[in-house]
Amino acid sequence: MKKISCREAIREALFEEMARDQDVVLIGEDLGCYGGCFQVTAGLIERFGTHQVIETPVSEEAIVGVAVGAAMMGMRPIVEIMYGDFSTLASDPLINHAAKMRFLSAGKLSVPLVYRTPMGSGTGAAAQHTQSLESVFTNIPGLKIVYPSTPYDLKGLLKSAVRDPDPVLFFEHKLYGVEDLIPEEEYLIEIGKGDIKRQGADVSIITYGKTVFTALEAARLLEADEISAEVLDVRTLRPLDTDLILQSVSKTGRAVVVHEAPTFGGFAGEIVATIVGDRRAFGALKVSVERVCGLEMPTPFNKHLELALPPSVERIVDTVTHMFTSSV
Amino acid sequence: MDFTFNSAQAHAALTLMLTIRLFESKIESLFSSHIMHGTTHLAIGQEAVHAGVSPALDRGDWIVTTHRCHGHTLAKGASLKAAFAEFFGYSDGLAHGLGGSMHLVDVEHHNAGSSAVVGSGVPLATGMALQLKRKKSNQLVVAFFGDGASSRGAVHESMNIASVMSLPVLFLCEHNMYGMSACAKDMVSVEYISDRGNAYAIESTVVDGNDVEQVYKAVSDAAHYIRSTGKPYLLETRTYRFSGHSKSDKRVYRTREEEVAWLKRDPIEMLKQRMLQRTYIDEKDFEKLGQNIQCEIDNIVDEMIDHPRQLSIEEAFSYVYSSKEHGQL
Repeated sequence: MKKISCREAIREALFEEMARDQDVVLIGEDLGCYGGCFQVTAGLIERFGTHQVIETPVSEEAIVGVAVGAAMMGMRPIVEIMYGDFSTLASDPLINHAAKMRFLSAGKLSVPLVYRTPMGSGTGAAAQHTQSLESVFTNIPGLKIVYPSTPYDLKGLLKSAVRDPDPVLFFEHKLYGVEDLIPEEEYLIEIGKGDIKRQGADVSIITYGKTVFTALEAARLLEADEISAEVLDVRTLRPLDTDLILQSVSKTGRAVVVHEAPTFGGFAGEIVATIVGDRRAFGALKVSVERVCGLEMPTPFNKHLELALPPSVERIVDTVTHMFTSSV
Repeated sequence: MDFTFNSAQAHAALTLMLTIRLFESKIESLFSSHIMHGTTHLAIGQEAVHAGVSPALDRGDWIVTTHRCHGHTLAKGASLKAAFAEFFGYSDGLAHGLGGSMHLVDVEHHNAGSSAVVGSGVPLATGMALQLKRKKSNQLVVAFFGDGASSRGAVHESMNIASVMSLPVLFLCEHNMYGMSACAKDMVSVEYISDRGNAYAIESTVVDGNDVEQVYKAVSDAAHYIRSTGKPYLLETRTYRFSGHSKSDKRVYRTREEEVAWLKRDPIEMLKQRMLQRTYIDEKDFEKLGQNIQCEIDNIVDEMIDHPRQLSIEEAFSYVYSSKEHGQL
């Protein structure tokens, strides 16, 4: 095993896949000698050259459209868009083209594209650089959507995304410096499989991305109250590992769904619907399902206000504790 | 004009243009008699562009078309049967009935299909060219777009990218004077869209889009330029959409006088007159050619109407994702 940061884990996945296949190509803004907005691609142009690292003008819509067209011709492009917020600009090629190319060509064309972009707040970058826009895309058949948390998951899932024949949106949180142990040898993680990050018996905290760490911290604090919390990282939003969710909730009888995006219309609603729509899991519920998500507000710049927006350890702990104290 | 078709080229072009015209006329009548459902965008009057572009390319060259894609698709080699079947939504259609009029695709003939989002096919074509270049292919990609699409940001972004990356793209503007109802003179800031090539350091020119010989020659020259320099090229073809925007268009935004003036420049009639002058053809031959094509079209459609064949919903699901287990996510 070796200790590695999220940033290095992504870079290792890129490095290994680019070395394996010359048609794996990075496309995006400032990802050459500058190393990308978050320094994820540093050093790759020196190793792979401009044949596999293609720097582009500031043209998000065309960059992603170009990647879709190149993928149709056999490239395995990995597009980096600096901030997830700019996905609005890339939404036409992703939603109207990448997601539909295989269908509209009756299987003759496919788009093995990976769309990498960081989402989420905490950087003091205000309202247009901090959103979590995953639910804009989760309602689109034809797309796969991955949102990992740990270095281990980021690396294994990114490598699988690159090899996937369908378009994969790969959303990253911005805790690029968080470190963890990963195996020395090569490994892949199957897209569509969640992971229990912490075993527990009394409540299932279901989440993904950055809030996995928030949930783990909350679970640690809940131990003091003798509440055993299970933390389930879904890792992939589409396809969603519903079996794992239902299994966990059927065991614990309590569920809290956590994500950074605002509550209303957020992906947590899909997870809640999955739970209450299943006879066994619904029957096992001892208390109503809760959501702890972002507040209904654009991200403010002021640090105190910004920190109040996403789910905090305290909000999760309070919500869980309340599930045990309130009468059903 | 120096360039002229020889007899065989002229016959091929005339046959293709008539086929496209009669195909679209048949589609129009099937819609107006409510035999076909959905919508369709005809390009009657623009056949010289369709017959002038693809035949001037190499077989391996790719095209990316628009929502007005019937002529391009037939000209690139699609069979009438597969094209009609797609309009009927049948499983033996070009897209197995999943796309319809706005989504004709024919990968076997290097037609990567159309974007029905106006202008959005242009970045796709640019990306296809990027991968062809990486693979050291000698093929190029034609990105069709109209005067309406010329205002899309994605088109401008693509031209800039194709220029800075030196990509083998032929940006083919099919200027038919109207984007739906909007007249180009009110919507496009320049008289000639080809002038915008300068803004991106892309060589460009404009030709009469109703003159199939001129279009063919300009595309041949542009293709030669692209292959020998590796750079993109912008070709504007000036033509006119005799038909309305879609099946429900009453054409209130233009005068009948304007239409009559353009009808005098019917691209099929223009080629026919030249062929008569050059004694490549006589009136009888022309009439016979039209009758033969009409007969073939009528036979295909008559057979199809009586034999519907459709994908099951399970079969349709199999095209959403590559792997079967993800088919019904």
